[in-house]
Amino acid sequence: MTQYLSGILSLGLIYVIATVGLAVFTGFTGLFSLGHAAFFAIGAYTAAILTYFYGVNFYLALAAAGAMSGLVGFLIGYPTLKAKLRTDYFAIATLGFGEATRVLLENLAITQGARGLPGITNYTTLPVIIGIAALVIWVAWNFVHSRHGRAAIAIREDFVAAEMMGVNIFIGRLRSLIFSAACGGIAGGLFAHYFCFIQPSMFTAYMSTQLTAAVVAGGMGSISGPVMAALIFIGVPELLRVANIWRLVAYGLLLVLIMIFRPQGLLGYREISLSGIRDFFARFRKGARS
Amino acid sequence: MNSLAVAGRPMEVLELRGVTKRFGGITACKDLTFHIREGQIMGLIGPNGAGKTTAFNLITGVYGVTEGSIIFDDRIITKKRPDQIVRLGIARTFQNIRLFKNLSVLDNVCIAVDCHETYLLGAAFLRLGNVRKREQAIREQAMEFLAAVGLEDRASVRADSMPYGFQRKLEIARALALKPKLLLLDEPAAGMNPEESLELAKLIRVIHERFRLTTLLIEHHMDVVMSLCEKIYVMNFGVKLAEGSAEEIQSDPEVLRAYLGEGYKRAEHP
Repeated sequence: MTQYLSGILSLGLIYVIATVGLAVFTGFTGLFSLGHAAFFAIGAYTAAILTYFYGVNFYLALAAAGAMSGLVGFLIGYPTLKAKLRTDYFAIATLGFGEATRVLLENLAITQGARGLPGITNYTTLPVIIGIAALVIWVAWNFVHSRHGRAAIAIREDFVAAEMMGVNIFIGRLRSLIFSAACGGIAGGLFAHYFCFIQPSMFTAYMSTQLTAAVVAGGMGSISGPVMAALIFIGVPELLRVANIWRLVAYGLLLVLIMIFRPQGLLGYREISLSGIRDFFARFRKGARS
Repeated sequence: MNSLAVAGRPMEVLELRGVTKRFGGITACKDLTFHIREGQIMGLIGPNGAGKTTAFNLITGVYGVTEGSIIFDDRIITKKRPDQIVRLGIARTFQNIRLFKNLSVLDNVCIAVDCHETYLLGAAFLRLGNVRKREQAIREQAMEFLAAVGLEDRASVRADSMPYGFQRKLEIARALALKPKLLLLDEPAAGMNPEESLELAKLIRVIHERFRLTTLLIEHHMDVVMSLCEKIYVMNFGVKLAEGSAEEIQSDPEVLRAYLGEGYKRAEHP
């Protein structure tokens, strides 16, 4: 049982890493990506190929996975963001990018096509995941609370006004996209060495949608909200596995309920903080007394 | 006065030379030519649709000019991006308020203060070295600019929860935080009653002197314009109608006919 729970937690935290990355992009610059599974896949394959075929150290392979996805993020972001694509067009461009990446992985020799890569060594353990997830969350937090993060937020809020504050919109968006892609790549690297088997069909538009859904449900402009949402989205369907086919219904119901009762997401534009929790309980006590 | 340049000649901060902007077949601005000297407050007036805001958008690089050139601080800025022009020292406010609505009042100003901040991305990721101290300094500076417009006790409220007049003041604080040489104010007194707009005029005069600005002002409240501006440029249908001091403008028959109204002098200044 503990093994089962630690398995869910591991998978949940891998998703947390990718979701935090996407939250920095979508939640803080306001552009939607529907192809983030591609960065996840690129990271997974980069890390797996390095350790599998070349016997590279796992942590170096993870770093390479992040760097590779970041580089691809730059390559896809440069033309689309330079052209100042509007949000919906940008989302469609990333959707196409996601599908193209998957088809490419199915046809390359080094990825062994649709057969996938079996027998990857299991390096990803729960402590490793916890450590890296904590590191990624900390870095993401620092980023959005710095001048660079504020520039991204300004772009999301009003890009004309942001430009008038001396913010370079293209650089601001590109920076967030590269960071986001690199997080996706690291998550992918962990994923590959956790399941020990990857194949292109794991990284479909469904995964991209799930990541975006976690960011939106967790709340735009928040880090801790999407972290919670990612854990819930992985945890709840797993725990509901006993309910068999109905778990997908429950998953959909969860999304609908969030959209009805918290349209701004669990923590839209907010974070969990100690003082916030204290205030909440103070209010709660006061409410109980009166 | 520090408006005398080395040669003993007052220095021109901004100069427009034959600036024209066409949108398809419509000419929004035609052959605009004027200059502002250092330390001046200049008014840009005219009926709605005369092209005043378009002129602002051309100066700040939001639109590219079709013909002509704009010179700021001895540099041609016609081909520069808006964010580059801001860094050279031109800040503006918007006619239809454009705050970062979901953010706090303080964060709105912090984003502007960031314009001159230099710590690097890598340091930001890991909170290395003096990032924490720099962040603290940014917040303190932002508070000073809020204090300059009298909003210091509202720093932590959401920007869009404030009343209209305060939002306008926040826009001014945000523009000041960019540490500009030239400040462009687009109808700062819009929607204000006469007392409020006179109070705002006082504020504009105070910050103009305190921050040693050169100010270009679009405004429909004539009492604000006439009390502040040394020089006024009147536009109508995208072209210059008149240019001169407040007295000259008030007695110009063309301006009276097109904009101020024939009864202006008699009614407002008996």
